[in-house]
Amino acid sequence: MSGGVSSRGQSATNAGHAAPAFLADALRIARKDLLIEFRTRSAFMAATVFAVLSVVIFRFTWDPTAIPAFDLAPGVLWVIFTFSGLLGLNRSFGLELSERAYDGLLASQVSRESIFVGKVLANLAFVAGVQALTLPAVALFFDLHVGAAWGVLIGIVLCASLGLAAVGTLFAAIASNTRLAELLLPMMTLPFFVPLVIPAAQTSAYILRGQPLEDAMPWFKLLVAFDLVFVTACIVVFPYTIEE
Amino acid sequence: MPIPPETGATGVATAVATGAATLTPSLAVEAEGLVRAFGGKRAVDGVSLTLAEGDCLALFGPNGAGKTTLLRLLGGLLKPTKGTTRLHGVPLPGPAETRRLVGLISHHSMLYPALSVRENVRFAAECQGVLEADEATTAVLGRLRVLDRANQPVRFLSRGLQQRVSIARALVHGPRLVLLDEPYTGLDEVGALAFTDALRELKAGGATLVLVTHNLVEGIALATRAVIMRGGRFVYDEHTPHGGFDLPEFQARYRALVHEGLA
Repeated sequence: MSGGVSSRGQSATNAGHAAPAFLADALRIARKDLLIEFRTRSAFMAATVFAVLSVVIFRFTWDPTAIPAFDLAPGVLWVIFTFSGLLGLNRSFGLELSERAYDGLLASQVSRESIFVGKVLANLAFVAGVQALTLPAVALFFDLHVGAAWGVLIGIVLCASLGLAAVGTLFAAIASNTRLAELLLPMMTLPFFVPLVIPAAQTSAYILRGQPLEDAMPWFKLLVAFDLVFVTACIVVFPYTIEE
Repeated sequence: MPIPPETGATGVATAVATGAATLTPSLAVEAEGLVRAFGGKRAVDGVSLTLAEGDCLALFGPNGAGKTTLLRLLGGLLKPTKGTTRLHGVPLPGPAETRRLVGLISHHSMLYPALSVRENVRFAAECQGVLEADEATTAVLGRLRVLDRANQPVRFLSRGLQQRVSIARALVHGPRLVLLDEPYTGLDEVGALAFTDALRELKAGGATLVLVTHNLVEGIALATRAVIMRGGRFVYDEHTPHGGFDLPEFQARYRALVHEGLA
């Protein structure tokens, strides 16, 4: 009943082919996760509603005469990004475990690292989708005039989101094997989010104040450094989290 | 009650539990001294066995006997604490491509309910590196008679149909060893019969099957070798080179061994 001949075994021994196979596997897993989320829309709806409600609540508890918008908005943004992202992370491995599809994935030729990168890419796309709605909402409600700095701000947000997605995906994988996954995930993840969220919020604050990115460079470099460390460490550690 | 080595269905000598097996590259599965401990407790305790192509090993035993753990060790899905497993001569855990020799079917469908039948099976094919995944998917769905449901989301299918899609998912890459973990759970009588037919066809095609089940009737119907496990070890091991098993006798022996172990 063989449906064809696998070439992966041969290509795995060839360094020139191994990298495309790694990326192709990761993209296939990300596409599958996003397709499932697109069909069910469960986590995205929850995260979007949470994000929009949070913006509204922050707006109506804000006294514009006491705190300038550009001082409050970075904190609002990153609180919303952090917690709305968590809503999607639980779903990431939950959809694998409902019918134990994860066993089939682990028994396939796909490397553990590809599975991780695929999950990170899907989570990053999920978070970016929520952010695409949240950023304009915050700008609108807090009357922010970002102007030409939109591109820089989006770059900072995506940069931090990559680190958040990597850390979150790793801990979602660990928590998914426990009975208290939904409780454990925020408890394990939030402390590791702090080194990413602080420089991200600081860099965003500079941009929202209308200052150039050069002024925020120390914070931005710190953000990139934590991104590199966390993404690399998570890729290395992930295979060990799924050993029984 | 270990029994001495006998000749398997395909004429290849099949070693028995805890005995030293002679490693022969032509064999499908060769396991030596497998031990797997969880927190100091041995779920599998020194099991050795060999299986030839076309063999069907049925593993029986009470809950916690170590059947599923042994199944996962034989497929390289779990690392042994001690011992070795070879799959068609390749030691496990081997390179990634050795995983394509294994197909896994369990009482969980291992499918994504939101995806269609075709999307599920094609995804599995692509993950196993099948070159022409679309063609392979169509072929396997046709063979398992679910092609007419190809575009339907899996969540709308009955349990029996889901199990057929699950088999298609496991077989789309043409595995040489098929591991079945309680595959009859949740299937009605008609579904179970259809499933047994599919497995019989698979066995006739030369695949080696390892079946973990509590259903003695269904398990025995397919098996060329029946093993009763208790406490991580083989306590009974019987081969049927040509004829079928004596079901009443096997049931009586099973009850005696399992009750003896639980007493």
